[in-house]
Amino acid sequence: MENKTPGEDVENIIAMPTKQADPNWSDMLAELAETKSKTIYVQLFRHFAPKIKSYIIRLGLVESTADELMQETMLAVWRKAHMYNRTKAAASTWIFTLARNQSIDWMRKQKYPEYGLEEWHEEPDDEVDHCEQVVTSDRMAKALGKLPEKQSQVLYMSYFEGRSHAEISDRLGIPLGSVKSRIRLASEKLRMLWRDDV
Amino acid sequence: MNIKHHLDEATLVSYSAGSMSQSMALVVACHISMCPSCRNRVQESEAIGGMLLESLTPESISDDALDQVLACIDNEPDIELEAMVEETNFSQSFKHESIDSDVPKPLADYIGGSLDKVDWKMIVPGVYCHDLPCKSERGGVSRLLKISPGKAMLPHSHDGNELTLILRGSFSDEMGRFTAGDIADLDSEIEHQPLVDSDEDCICLIATDAPLKFSTLLGKIVQPITGF
Ligand SMILES: [Zn+2]
Repeated sequence: MENKTPGEDVENIIAMPTKQADPNWSDMLAELAETKSKTIYVQLFRHFAPKIKSYIIRLGLVESTADELMQETMLAVWRKAHMYNRTKAAASTWIFTLARNQSIDWMRKQKYPEYGLEEWHEEPDDEVDHCEQVVTSDRMAKALGKLPEKQSQVLYMSYFEGRSHAEISDRLGIPLGSVKSRIRLASEKLRMLWRDDV
Repeated sequence: MNIKHHLDEATLVSYSAGSMSQSMALVVACHISMCPSCRNRVQESEAIGGMLLESLTPESISDDALDQVLACIDNEPDIELEAMVEETNFSQSFKHESIDSDVPKPLADYIGGSLDKVDWKMIVPGVYCHDLPCKSERGGVSRLLKISPGKAMLPHSHDGNELTLILRGSFSDEMGRFTAGDIADLDSEIEHQPLVDSDEDCICLIATDAPLKFSTLLGKIVQPITGF
C-alpha cells in the first residue's frame, strides 16, 4: 500500500521532486565545487542529465541535439561549479539556468543576456540557512500543484515551450494582457504559498 | 542608485524562462544588473524553472553519454585557464576596456565601456539612435536613444511589450519620473508621452517585441514640445 501523508491532496501534487531518501543535491553541488570529486559529479550527472534532456526535448529540439546540449550543460556544471552559491539557489535552479542558456545560445546563435553571476559571489549571505533553498524547491512543487490549471498552463508554456507572451496569447486565443495577468497571478501565488508555508 | 520603477512580474518570469526575445532580454538583464531588488526577484523566478526541471520525467540516456563527458573532463586543461577562456568569449573584444558606471555590464558586451563613444545616428535634430545587433528571429529590436532636454515623443501605443531603461538623465510621463536605473515596463494598453526633463541628454535603452510598430514609433519622435 502506498504511503500517503494524511491531509495531502495527492492528486493535485505534480510529481514530487525530492523524495526523503534523495541526497541533498545542493550540498553535493557545493561539495563538487570544493573538491572536484568525480564520484559526486557522476551522481549529479545521473540525476540531472535525464531531466535536462527531457527539458531540451520539450523546447522542441530533436533528440540528437538534446543529447549534445545536455552534455554541454553537464560540462558547464563541471566547469562552472566554482561559481555555484548554494545560499542563492538550489542546485536544480542553477542547473536549470545553465540548460536554458545552452539551449538558447544554440537556437539563437547568440548569447542569452545574463545579469552577471559574479554578483552572487560578492554578498555571502550567512544568515540564510543552507537547507533553505532545497526545502523551498520542495515547497514550491507543492505550491505549483495548488495553482489553477489556467495559471500553471502559462508557466509550462513559458518554461517548457519557450513561448513569449505574444505567442501564448496567439495560442490560447486570449489577449496579451490576460496572459500577463495569469503569469503574474501564478508567480505571486507561488511566492506567497512558498513564504507562508515556513 | 535610487530605483523606483521596476520590472513587471510577468516580464521577470519570461526572462527566467528564456522565452523572451534577445532584444528584450538584454534590457531586462541590464536592469537586473543595476537593481538588487529585481535580482532577488529574478532568482525566485528562476527557482520556478529549477522546480519544473526537477518535476520532469527523465529521458533515457545512452551509457556513452556519461563516458564521453568524463573523457572530456579528463582532457580538460586547468580549470582556471578554462574559466579565462570562457570569460574572453563572453565579453568579446571589450573585456579589457574599463566600463563606465552608467553602462550596465550586459550592455558593455554590445557597445563597449562608454556611452560617449557610441556611434549615434541622428533621426531628427535632438534625437539620436544606435541600433544594437540583437538577432531576433521572433522580431523585436533594441536600440539606444539619446534625446535632448525638453524633447518628447508623441503619445504612442504599441502591439507587444516595450521596455525602456534609463541610463543617463531623466524623463517624465503619465507614469511618473524616470531616472537612471528606472525601467518603464509597458503593456500595449498604456499610452504614454515621455518628456525629457533633465538638464543633460537622456540616454535610454529601449526594446520592443513587436518590430513593425517600433519603426513607426521612431518615426513619431517630434520636435521640441511647444506650449509648455
Ligand atoms: Zn528593479
